[in-house]
Amino acid sequence: MFPRAFEYVAPDTLDEALALLAEDPDETRALAGGHSLLPLMKLRLAAPRRLVDLRRLRGALAHVQPANGNGGGLAIGALVTYHALATDPSVHERHPVMAEVAAAIGDLQVRNRGTIGGSLAHADPAGDLPAVALALDARLQLTARGGAERTVPATDFFQGAYTTALGPGELLTRIDLPTPLAHSGAAYAKARNPASGYAVAGVAAFLALGADGRVATARVAVTGVGEVAYRATACEAALRGQEPTPERLREAVAQAAAGVQPLEDVYASGAYRAHLTSLYAERALRRALERARGAS
Amino acid sequence: MKLPIRVTVNGAPQAHEVEPRLLLVHYLRDVLGLTGAHVGCDTSQCGACTVLVDGQAVKSCTVLAVQTDGAEVTTIEGLAALGPTPPAPLPVREGGEDRHSQSPAPPFPTRERGPGGLGLHPLQQAFWDQHGLQCGYCTPGMIMAAYDLLRQHPRPSEAEIRHGLEGVLCRCTGYQHIVAAVQQAAEQLAAPAPPAS
Amino acid sequence: MVLSRSVGASIKRREDPRLVTGQGQYVDDVRLPGTLYMAFVRSPHAHARVGRIDATAALQQPGVAAVFTHADCALALTTHAALNPEKPPPPHPVLAGDRVRFVGEAVAVVLADDRYVARDAADLVEVEYEPLPAAASMQAALAEGAPLVHDDYPGNVYMKMQRNQGDIEAAFRQAARVVRLDIFNQRVNSLPMEPRAALAEYRRYDETLTLWSSNQVPHTLRSEVAKLLDMPESRVRVIAPDVGGGFGSKLNVYPEEVLTAWAAKRLGRPVKWVEERRESLLTLSHGRGQIDEIEAAVAADGKILGLRARVVGDLGAHLLLFTALIPVLTINMLVGPYDIPVVASELTEVFTHCAPTDAHRGAGRPEATFLLERLMDRIAAELGLDPADVRRRNFVQPGQFPYTSAVGSVYDSGNYPAALDKALEVVGYRALREEQRRLRAQGRYLGIGLGSYVELTGVGPSRGFGAPVWEAAVVRAEPDGTVTVMCGAPSQGQGHETSFAQLVAGELGVPFESVRVLTGDTAVGVTGIGTFGSRSMPVAGGAIVGAAARVREKALQVAAALLEAAPEDLEYRDGQAMVRGQPGKVVTFQQIANAAYAAFMLPPEIEPGLEATMFFDPPNMTYPFGTHVCVVEVDPSSGEVQLLRFVAVDDAGRIINPLLAAGQIHGGIAQGIGQALYEEIVYDEQGQLRTASLMDYAIPTADKVPAYELDHTETPGTTNPLGAKGIGEAGTIGSTPAVVNAVLDALQPFGVTHIDMPLKPERIWQAIRGRQAGAQDAAVVEAAEEAPDTGEPRRVPPGQEGR
Repeated sequence: MFPRAFEYVAPDTLDEALALLAEDPDETRALAGGHSLLPLMKLRLAAPRRLVDLRRLRGALAHVQPANGNGGGLAIGALVTYHALATDPSVHERHPVMAEVAAAIGDLQVRNRGTIGGSLAHADPAGDLPAVALALDARLQLTARGGAERTVPATDFFQGAYTTALGPGELLTRIDLPTPLAHSGAAYAKARNPASGYAVAGVAAFLALGADGRVATARVAVTGVGEVAYRATACEAALRGQEPTPERLREAVAQAAAGVQPLEDVYASGAYRAHLTSLYAERALRRALERARGAS
Repeated sequence: MKLPIRVTVNGAPQAHEVEPRLLLVHYLRDVLGLTGAHVGCDTSQCGACTVLVDGQAVKSCTVLAVQTDGAEVTTIEGLAALGPTPPAPLPVREGGEDRHSQSPAPPFPTRERGPGGLGLHPLQQAFWDQHGLQCGYCTPGMIMAAYDLLRQHPRPSEAEIRHGLEGVLCRCTGYQHIVAAVQQAAEQLAAPAPPAS
Repeated sequence: MVLSRSVGASIKRREDPRLVTGQGQYVDDVRLPGTLYMAFVRSPHAHARVGRIDATAALQQPGVAAVFTHADCALALTTHAALNPEKPPPPHPVLAGDRVRFVGEAVAVVLADDRYVARDAADLVEVEYEPLPAAASMQAALAEGAPLVHDDYPGNVYMKMQRNQGDIEAAFRQAARVVRLDIFNQRVNSLPMEPRAALAEYRRYDETLTLWSSNQVPHTLRSEVAKLLDMPESRVRVIAPDVGGGFGSKLNVYPEEVLTAWAAKRLGRPVKWVEERRESLLTLSHGRGQIDEIEAAVAADGKILGLRARVVGDLGAHLLLFTALIPVLTINMLVGPYDIPVVASELTEVFTHCAPTDAHRGAGRPEATFLLERLMDRIAAELGLDPADVRRRNFVQPGQFPYTSAVGSVYDSGNYPAALDKALEVVGYRALREEQRRLRAQGRYLGIGLGSYVELTGVGPSRGFGAPVWEAAVVRAEPDGTVTVMCGAPSQGQGHETSFAQLVAGELGVPFESVRVLTGDTAVGVTGIGTFGSRSMPVAGGAIVGAAARVREKALQVAAALLEAAPEDLEYRDGQAMVRGQPGKVVTFQQIANAAYAAFMLPPEIEPGLEATMFFDPPNMTYPFGTHVCVVEVDPSSGEVQLLRFVAVDDAGRIINPLLAAGQIHGGIAQGIGQALYEEIVYDEQGQLRTASLMDYAIPTADKVPAYELDHTETPGTTNPLGAKGIGEAGTIGSTPAVVNAVLDALQPFGVTHIDMPLKPERIWQAIRGRQAGAQDAAVVEAAEEAPDTGEPRRVPPGQEGR
């Protein structure tokens, strides 16, 4: 219930924050919404010596904007809260799945504080947003001091349980979502742990159809099942170039957990998780398909 | 190493030096003596500690007091003074923190003021009218969460109420009378204010 | 007794203004200067020898005042349910001595002037443990060669009890069919939203101790603390202020409460302990925990000729206040609302290396109702009968009351068929069965589940029960005619400040607003017993109206003096006494009270004052009953359950406040849904608790329960002047089997016969797959069921190893 003692700084600029993070990266953690980090610290599973609070950077990092040089995409500041994502009109318009997922994360109070950047950087194996980022082919901007920036695609960002491509002294500052493709749609479906609300199995599916109605692009991202959110590449391959009939979808999702050792915990076994993965992949794909067919 | 914070709590400015690790809920309870927010769990599930920070419902057990430096906090003890639900906060503007914008509140729709002229907020009145509480431990958190729910959904359906209150656990009521209380408050808050007489 | 507008009215609660404004006072809200906060060092092992305890590092932390271990405090708790007549109960030290017996057992306490520092320091206390093998389930504890929890109890058996009536062998010979059922009734945690808390202040020069505790039985706590601290009870005061839920888990005397008091006395500073939720899941008494093996001898028409039950109760590692009593209550209600003439029952109570169990909403009776209601549905399924008809065929009939059951309980009154019929009418049973048929044809699975129950409340009398179970009340008119009621039954959410005031307002005819209720403070009123077992209306209510009636009697005496008439010529109505036939000669209660205290106009034979005390020992338990109906849809592809409807028809005799009664039923239903679908305390084989936070222990949220449809019948009880039966636990008792029966009813087309609680989606999915896997698997399961009865614990059904 009570965190161990730590030092706390709330810098005024991004560069100050980055300098502090670079000083002692093993013992310094960034604090955004705090709803992943503080619970761990209260259980004393994490005890950083210093917290760098990003709250004063909201002016720079808490906006949703059209993506630079990319008319239809979105640039989402890392400090945008789930609530802001869920209610932003341009998110609803361009990538509605992001708004829907954000509206259902945790609960009302959590959504007021938790941030997209915090969630992705924390990389909880059962968090919802990593799966959505993968399915939407997000590109993540990582910033280090002195203006050093690099962009990492979501597929390279999530590396393991609570492990990402973030290097020491780096902050995730922006999440870029591409211009929505014509005849595309995305959806998320998840089985929720009734106690924690986390995904027992959550699948974010993205489909883009060609002019012939066949699947041009398929992205199926799974969370809650493996050690880290992953793209179900075998499932995707089974869909690419195919007519998206219900039978095809059913065959493809049979491979949604292929090659993954599903997690086991007190709530659900690995076998059940694997089953749920296919089940929810099918549900997500069906809805994504409806949207893709309905989208101009 | 204690740090100075300045927080406005229920409209009154407070200045204290606190350890960084002091949770907001303990700042409110132990330093300010506002014991309405309650601690019911260790893992941010139960919501009994819910208060408003800059007009938004948050679990005060998952916020450090130092994170509220410069912010406005409203607890159950300060709810009545808020009057009817203020409008939703404006979108973030360049260069500033996401501040809850307070336009002057319309006249408080005066209902039964309770014994001794308590001047209850319509939510508090409704919880009383509808027997929306038994032991009362989750109640401050439930009411503050409902406040934000009604701010976001002024005319919520029953399903929206039940989903909106997912973040507060109640072990006593089975939730039915809580739903009725929120429905009553929603009606009252949505009703036009009576003309000033 | 006198009825008025007050009794039976849905009056809003007096408690609420302070609670909705955050002005309630729970234990942690009480502030005393100089308070030390107490944190616990708890065993990480389920079974271990305890070696050296090194507190050096802890004591060096600034702000730490003391660290205590068993070497400093060797106090031990007693149990009020020492039901093994041949042996004393095993010692239960408040701090473990040389051995720990469950994960979470208290080993040391740290006291510091700040709650954060107390936790820091507790983490620095080093304890040497030598881990020992643990028996962390009933099966493990009963297995050959199992490690012993208490060396004096071979085989880990605390007590065995048999209760038989009639010729069971004959019943089975006559049976057209034998229906068998194995049930695991899982451990749950009461999960009151306010975890436990205690604050103690010892005044050295006064030699008095005040202990605030989040507790249901302050007087019992006082007696125990006084005894342990070797203080006269008259110098110990226990206050249960606002308490954030109890549900039976705070009907106890815990090591933590005793240590809080002891440390305050030892250190001469106030000591406060506030439980963390993790501690609460680990060490707050758990509820339920039974293995029930049932066999019913059934006639062709579904009538039960005889019932054989083998019940194993999981006591945990220690006997708390009533631990060993709870499974006995299951046996006491083993035939439920059914006229079962022949019973053979055997109860085995087992120690395990797990947290102690004790009362949880229903305390032994839900377990009995659950096994009976599952049995009724199994009989219906195996004989091809309607589940409602099977119940009707077996019910005790209205003309049979008072009814003495085959296990010895005497039911005072009831009408079980009427409640069932009403429930079926409200839910629209016939239409639902048709809807079910229609949906099955479409490959959708609707289920309808019944839960008929009778339960025992208001335990008494004391001499029959072998323990004090009376309740007392003082009703005192103040000189201005307002009334103060003092009673030993405090609230943890039940609204006694309101309902008790209604009773007195009704009896005396005074305005409800003029009656003030004080409970939960041993310094106020007379000694009491507490709040548990749904006794507040049947027992405390009996004391309250009894005391109020005595006040009314005295008031008539005083009125007679004032009106210069004989008491028998007076009528008392609506708070006024008047001379019959002389409308002008009237005095109000206020005038009577004023005169009673002013005294100068009273004749010498009337003692001044206007107050009365009553100790009410109920002549018998009382038996509320009802039927619940649950309607669900199950998605077989995932096992997910949607709760569509829940109907509850309950009969608790006279209802004092319908609004409050409805709240009790709602809350009970939610807890029943919780046990049926979500809640489980899970220990692994090493005795580690795997559900030690709300991240893993799930209770229903608002979106997981439907809108409940309530109705009631009212069959007055006969054990108290109110005719009240108590309603606090009924909701939990009827609901759990209704939900489970509904799910299994939905799964009938798949041939699933039973699933143990909680019915998580995976279990449902596995059960369906298990049946679909084919005859091979089914044959294995059936062979196990047919195994001869060797007297050993039966083979564990698949999927339930490790309980």
